[in-house]
Amino acid sequence: MLSYLIRRLLLMIVTLFGVSIAIFLLLRIVPGNIADILFDSAGLIDPAEKKKIIADLGLDLPLPMQYWQWLNGLLHGDLGFSYVSEKPVIDEILPRIPITARLAGLAMTFAIAAGVPLGVISAVRQNSKLDYALRVLSLSGLSMPAFWLGLLILMACVRWFGTIPIYDRAPETFGAWLAMLAIPAAAVGFRSSALIMRLTRSSMLEVLRQDFVRTAKSKGLSDTAVTYDHALRNALLPVITTIGVETAFLLGGLIVTETVFNIPGVARFLVEAIRWRDYPMVQNLVMFIAVVVVTVNLIVDLLYMLVDPRIRYSE
Amino acid sequence: MAPVLEVSGLSTVFHTRRGLVRAVQDVSFSVNAGETLAIVGESGCGKTITALSLMQLIPRPPGEIVSGSVKVDGTDLLKLSEPEMRKMRGGKIAMIFQEPMTALNPLMTVGKQITEMVMLHDKLPKSAARTRAVEMLHHVRIPEPERRAKEYPHQMSGGMRQRAMIAMALACKPKVLVADEPTTALDVTIQAQILDLIGDLQREFGTAVVLITHDLGVVAETANRVVVMYAGRKVEEASVTDLFANPLHPYPRGLLGSIPRVGSARGLDVSPDERLREISGMVPALNDLPPGCAFAPRCSQADARCHAQVPPFEMKQNDHFAACWQA
Repeated sequence: MLSYLIRRLLLMIVTLFGVSIAIFLLLRIVPGNIADILFDSAGLIDPAEKKKIIADLGLDLPLPMQYWQWLNGLLHGDLGFSYVSEKPVIDEILPRIPITARLAGLAMTFAIAAGVPLGVISAVRQNSKLDYALRVLSLSGLSMPAFWLGLLILMACVRWFGTIPIYDRAPETFGAWLAMLAIPAAAVGFRSSALIMRLTRSSMLEVLRQDFVRTAKSKGLSDTAVTYDHALRNALLPVITTIGVETAFLLGGLIVTETVFNIPGVARFLVEAIRWRDYPMVQNLVMFIAVVVVTVNLIVDLLYMLVDPRIRYSE
Repeated sequence: MAPVLEVSGLSTVFHTRRGLVRAVQDVSFSVNAGETLAIVGESGCGKTITALSLMQLIPRPPGEIVSGSVKVDGTDLLKLSEPEMRKMRGGKIAMIFQEPMTALNPLMTVGKQITEMVMLHDKLPKSAARTRAVEMLHHVRIPEPERRAKEYPHQMSGGMRQRAMIAMALACKPKVLVADEPTTALDVTIQAQILDLIGDLQREFGTAVVLITHDLGVVAETANRVVVMYAGRKVEEASVTDLFANPLHPYPRGLLGSIPRVGSARGLDVSPDERLREISGMVPALNDLPPGCAFAPRCSQADARCHAQVPPFEMKQNDHFAACWQA
């Protein structure tokens, strides 16, 4: 167990190192830097001034040098300054994290709370009308991009309520907070819930056909006990893995959803930062997201061990 | 002595896209307390469906038990509601399955799987049920039952799992135990141990055992009476000694002829080039049975009547029944 944990942590570091190189290079491949954009948008034409800005920001240094500066700072907890706001990156990111975290948490909760039970119902009532309806619904969930669904929801809100949920930085009650985030969370979680539902369904169908389910029935257990105590626990194993993978997709979906619903979270901020070629901002935000995704996957794997004794004991 | 298990006229069908599959047709037998009845036949002859019909574990749909009665201690299981049937399953009639590797829940300790059932049927509190589970594991001769009860199925060998399965099936002291090929997946040495174990527990608890198997060696060793099935029907029923000494129906005769005897291959008492006799042809599809005797197309003695009419199942000799026009 401990050796497994250490191995996984080492692997995490290697992964993050790879991510840091990838994001650093990708950003440099994108044409233009902050100086180009400033000059284009402001209509400045003094090449000496542009050169000065580039030198000030260290953008004239060779790439390995720039990379080293960033990484060295990162390792010492210094994330640098934003090119645009000129504030420390950490002060820009930190207040936005809880907003995105809550939205993502709510979306994932929604996805699991809807996906797993619906998947079970669909499997237990295989080929019934309900099953067909749920399958069509989930297929639409998989095919609809979150931002488009978000736009549809916004249009529906305007049509029927004459208003859209407005982001409020400090909602007064938990209810108000939930009402404000529920719609964007549902929009972004719909895809995940559809995926989880389909996976739970197929996994349940497979497990329900297995011998030990028949054994459980032959013991005289009720249908509920057979379905939930015996079948569902076994069926959830692949679903747990998917939840880990889905978290990464979810963060991707959030970028657009936060923009559509005008929520000042990390994800929308990232899009802004990329537009301005705000290198320190983008690099550190992506690193942060990578850390979250890798950690969630580690937690998922540990959870897997907790649920499945076959893995626990083979370690 | 009144039989503990009385099955009469049991017929089970499956409604499939390729038509009605008559998996079990008009099967009757009875088993007394402490007695073992073997149901023999090749794959697809309906023996497992018979077992599942007794337990009412036939998937419905597509399966359906269309007629007959299954009486355990006088109660007809086919007339019970599903909740009433659940009380019988595991309580009065229990089953052990062929594959010990897959028949136990991999995520639940063996002890918990037995405890769960004892709590359900005997209404015992958890601790007492747990004690019973450990006792049962001890009973099936699993060493260190306390520790083994806390283990998961994957930590046990195949033989050990089958023992645990037997412990589970017998934990509530059922009147009837249905054993569906309990030793097929095991090594030969373990097979003998498991059969001995079932026999010992049967004597101790007075359980009536229905043993489903294709292995005539197992039948000879353990059963009192034998029912031979072919294409969903009973073709012969007799005591073990009568059946082995004097099979009346050509199908069991063929089955017995297809068993290699020690020595025959080495040419000690027979010529070295003697081949095992096989039964030519194939088992007919259960959705496309011939009008007469189902075995007629493979039978060397079949005549026009065999191909036209189903032979009645009747007593041919003292307590020896068969369904054959020629016997």
